[in-house]
Amino acid sequence: MTSIAMKRRRATAGRVWKEFRDSREGMIGLAVLAVFVLLALAAPLLADLRELNPVFARAQGNPQWGSPGEFGPLGTDHIRRSVWAQFVWGSRVSLFVGLAATLLTILIGSVTGIVSGFVGGKADGALMRVTEWFLVIPFLPLAIVLASVLGRSVWNIIFVIGVTSWPSTARLVRAQVLTVKQRLFVDRARSLGASGPHIVAHHILPNVSGLILANATLAVPISILTETTLAFLGLGDPSRASWGKTLEEAFVNGAMVRNAWWYFLPAGLGILAVVLAFTMIGRTLEQIANPRLSRSR
Amino acid sequence: MLGSLLTLVFVLVFNFFLFRVVQTDPIGSLFRGRNVPAATLDNLRSAFGLDQSLGAQFLYYLRETAQLNFGISYQSRQPVWDEIVAAIPATVALVGISAILSAVIGTIGGVVAAWRRNTWKDHTITSGTMVFYSMPDFWLGMILLVGFAVVLGWFPVGGMVSAGSNATGLARLFDQLHHMFLPALTLTLAYLGEYTLVTRSSLLDVMGEDYLTVARAKGLRDVVVRNRHAVPNALLPVVTLTAINFGFVLSGAIAVEAVFSWPGLGKATADAIRGPDLPMLQGLFLLFSTAVIVFNLLADLTYSWLDPRVEEA
Repeated sequence: MTSIAMKRRRATAGRVWKEFRDSREGMIGLAVLAVFVLLALAAPLLADLRELNPVFARAQGNPQWGSPGEFGPLGTDHIRRSVWAQFVWGSRVSLFVGLAATLLTILIGSVTGIVSGFVGGKADGALMRVTEWFLVIPFLPLAIVLASVLGRSVWNIIFVIGVTSWPSTARLVRAQVLTVKQRLFVDRARSLGASGPHIVAHHILPNVSGLILANATLAVPISILTETTLAFLGLGDPSRASWGKTLEEAFVNGAMVRNAWWYFLPAGLGILAVVLAFTMIGRTLEQIANPRLSRSR
Repeated sequence: MLGSLLTLVFVLVFNFFLFRVVQTDPIGSLFRGRNVPAATLDNLRSAFGLDQSLGAQFLYYLRETAQLNFGISYQSRQPVWDEIVAAIPATVALVGISAILSAVIGTIGGVVAAWRRNTWKDHTITSGTMVFYSMPDFWLGMILLVGFAVVLGWFPVGGMVSAGSNATGLARLFDQLHHMFLPALTLTLAYLGEYTLVTRSSLLDVMGEDYLTVARAKGLRDVVVRNRHAVPNALLPVVTLTAINFGFVLSGAIAVEAVFSWPGLGKATADAIRGPDLPMLQGLFLLFSTAVIVFNLLADLTYSWLDPRVEEA
């Protein structure tokens, strides 16, 4: 890449950041997200991993169904484990699954969209047919069926979410590629003898990457909520704490009838905060990438 | 039309292969833990065509599916189709009512928010719906259940009729509505946001149009301009959204039904996952997909009927 192009791209990134900084919505989202990323990274400092082990919890003499007053800061569950430790360590799995699944979603969606839009013709027809199939099949039942068949692990959940949620990204990227393809600089590159892959890498991709980034940020909430729902339905990784799994265990073991609010409130609030944060960041990025939206939203 | 048929075929093929990957011996799993002679099992396997080639099994599967024979549920030992049919009314009642309520209330909210753009009303409605939209629906259900059923005791904690009740007629209906209130409230709040956001942005797009200026210049009152001239033109995307969402009525409340032990298809799915009851899951998945495909087709048809500029897809 020539240094001129590098400089121009750095300038674009700087402009995007400047616009982002001016948006109150975007900055609040970023701040909330930063708090939770720090929480996930600092998990070993904030809570002992052994607190998740019921044998250890019993040996420690933790109370059963202890309220936050009895056992700080968030009480204990039906097998004496600290809810705070579950919250802290669960944030790791929820964030990781949310981000990794989104990465897979965006990867499948972008490749499909770019190939479909750029190559066109029969490849486009076939890919769009498949995209439409996946778009029509109800998303959650498909994810449930796949997860039931594949078995319960973090990687399977990531795979299931990625495989079921890429079609909308593919459509969006394809539409954008179709417009970019019409631009003069693509014709110019082609007439100078540039190959297809070169055009995609140097002319198409830079012009759709903003859209892809905004779309990715808006896809994270869907990934996180899907992970939560799958875990709640008993399809989560049995060996790892996640916010969804905490909610499942609270529900199955009767936390609601006991009114053990400290067991199921924190995990749900964590999900709500992270999802809202990503939505706010995504909406802001979307407005920057597509200024026509800012008028109406 | 052809597209929908192709999608249905895709779902059928997909369903077959997906469940062949794991379910290598359905007869064995059906009678697992029971003392059944091996010869009987072999007889059953050939009766269900499981000793044949994959191709022959696929044809067998197609024939059985066409006859609505989805096999026997592992959990209840009853035919899957009978179990499903028994669960449909509860789901249609609960999710159907919630879908209508959320569409109506959500659309009204969106109209108010757009018409009073950037006022406190708009901000309250927009951020309120965004919050409900961003939480897991079943978690909202758990909170409402604890608050209104466990702590306050205003509503039953779950099920569809009171245990041991043999009330009939109106009394029974009121009992069912009493049980339905909290799950319906949960689903309505969870679905509202989508309608509000779509209505709001669609109306905002329309609001700059010249014909509204003309209507105002004629001296029409603000309410008339809004209800007669602006809203009808902004409702098209909302109608499509409603039609598409009706396809999700059957599959839309899996986790919420589980929270409220509402005896519908969602709870059946949640129970089948715990098994795992694969024949049941397979049948439910097929039903859910078919419902969505049919309503998508209807949405396309309504769209081209309402807006003749759109060619039929």
